Amino acid sequence: MNLETLSLVNFKNFSQVELELSPRINCFVGDNGVGKTNILDAIHYLCLCKSYFNPIDTQNITHDEEFSVIQGEFLLDGIKNEIYCSIQRNKNKVFKRNKKEYDRLAHHIGLLPVVMISPEDSVLITEGSDERRKFLNSVISQYDKVYLDDNIAYNKLLAQRNKFLKNIQGSWHYDRDMLEVYNEKLVVPGKRIHHTRTVFTKKLVPIFRSYYNKIAPDMEAVDLKYHSQLEQVDFLELLVQSVEKDIIMQYTTTGIHKDDIILKLNGHHMKKTASQGQQKTFLVSLKLAQFDFIREMNKVRPILLLDDVFDKFDESRVRQIIKIVTDSHFGQIFITHTDEQKMRSILDDMNTEFKIFNIAHKDITSI
Amino acid sequence: MYFTYSSKQLEDAVREFSKLPGIGTKTALRLVLHLLKENRESLDHFGNTILRLGTHIRYCKDCMNICDDELCPVCADKRRDHSIICIVENVKDVMIIENTRQYRGVYHVLGGIISPMDGIGPADLNIDSLEARIKRGNIRELILALSATMEGDTTNYYLYRRLSKSIPVISTLARGVSIGDELEFIDEVTLGRSILNRVPFEMNK
Ligand SMILES: [Zn+2]
Repeated sequence: MNLETLSLVNFKNFSQVELELSPRINCFVGDNGVGKTNILDAIHYLCLCKSYFNPIDTQNITHDEEFSVIQGEFLLDGIKNEIYCSIQRNKNKVFKRNKKEYDRLAHHIGLLPVVMISPEDSVLITEGSDERRKFLNSVISQYDKVYLDDNIAYNKLLAQRNKFLKNIQGSWHYDRDMLEVYNEKLVVPGKRIHHTRTVFTKKLVPIFRSYYNKIAPDMEAVDLKYHSQLEQVDFLELLVQSVEKDIIMQYTTTGIHKDDIILKLNGHHMKKTASQGQQKTFLVSLKLAQFDFIREMNKVRPILLLDDVFDKFDESRVRQIIKIVTDSHFGQIFITHTDEQKMRSILDDMNTEFKIFNIAHKDITSI
Repeated sequence: MYFTYSSKQLEDAVREFSKLPGIGTKTALRLVLHLLKENRESLDHFGNTILRLGTHIRYCKDCMNICDDELCPVCADKRRDHSIICIVENVKDVMIIENTRQYRGVYHVLGGIISPMDGIGPADLNIDSLEARIKRGNIRELILALSATMEGDTTNYYLYRRLSKSIPVISTLARGVSIGDELEFIDEVTLGRSILNRVPFEMNK
């Protein structure tokens, strides 16, 4: 699968852009702040119906403009697919495939798998568990429709149950039947999500470790472990046990919305002990493992977006990573970098077709 | 949109119309101006009809449907099967099912579905009156005919928990392939369910 052309109107800092892309490596170079990342984000939009960075759609429209349009022509199994996305202030986002509008955006997820590697990924290590759950969801949803639907259902039920708990503290009387209905209904998607996450992490770990050791050959041991309250106790049991507590806290205190992934390096927590370089290598390996996993499950090579990844790496690691992703195992790749000469010299050594685009003053030229 | 009105009566009428769902000030103004073109007699008739909504409409004491007497026409009809109750969300749903001319039982209008997010809990629905109806006896089946949404499903589930001990049969609408559907256009969930809950083949059905 690859993106052949990309066109933007009023997307972030670009008022109008038309690009013809290489099926292999596309490199966007330019100074900091010229909007290199925005190009990758536009591609992310077309694949997953949303920005990787900013969940508020209208904030991605060029300042002072009313609307924004992103269009791309993807080649999928040899067939052209036109994807169209428009964002308008005070209106719903419109998403079309071959001129036909989707009734639900969820139907598009998984058609065009994508993996983004960005400096923002450091939140996976530094921030709370919701970032790591978001990661799990974004990977698994790209190949498992049931998982995606289960998540939507689970979150809706959870919101209703939480609101019900709040209302008990307010004016509503405590209706035991009602709470039990929510318990029993949550358990169905909850258990399936738990099972899917367990299988996913188990399969991901060896791939992840092998990437880590390819990039950092100094034999450090990395580990990634799925942690869920559902591992020890049956979910329904958990909910029943925590009813009293939930009523006091006014929200649901147990469930898969409390899941986490524990990230470790040489037996210690990543967040506490790992250096910047180790953390970066860890994240890149994790994302490359994600790529392999989606490729395996979806039978399509995802598009790989490498945003400013090489910033804190020394040149040998940069070469190593580029060497890995230019292997025929990977498909179409988009890279941003500040230094054109450096990129060119590395890419010249790899035996792959590539295109370099220079971004300056809101214009993009192929060089 | 803000208008400067030449008449207080006009302004009041426009304000009332624009309270209706889907009607903005502009449309409201057009409707009111249209009514003013009518002759006096039909304007009176229009107004009186609205007035009677407040004074004459009642709720059926059995099923909570909207009616003019103590009982709605369905509940008052001796030829209908009063041992089967079909539970619906609102009055509109009664009309839709009646239109099919396939159902010979009676109804119970819940007046909504459970959704704490929208401020609707079990106590806000006509469930106590349903329970009382069942206690009076002679009910052999409940049909849960709520929307196939998460909230509809939750409400079905809740009713089942509360009522299943006092009712021999609780059924729900069949969910599956619509008549005239081509397989490739059916969503996966519906199709999956239709295969799991398949039915014996019958000729001429
Ligand atoms: Zn009635």
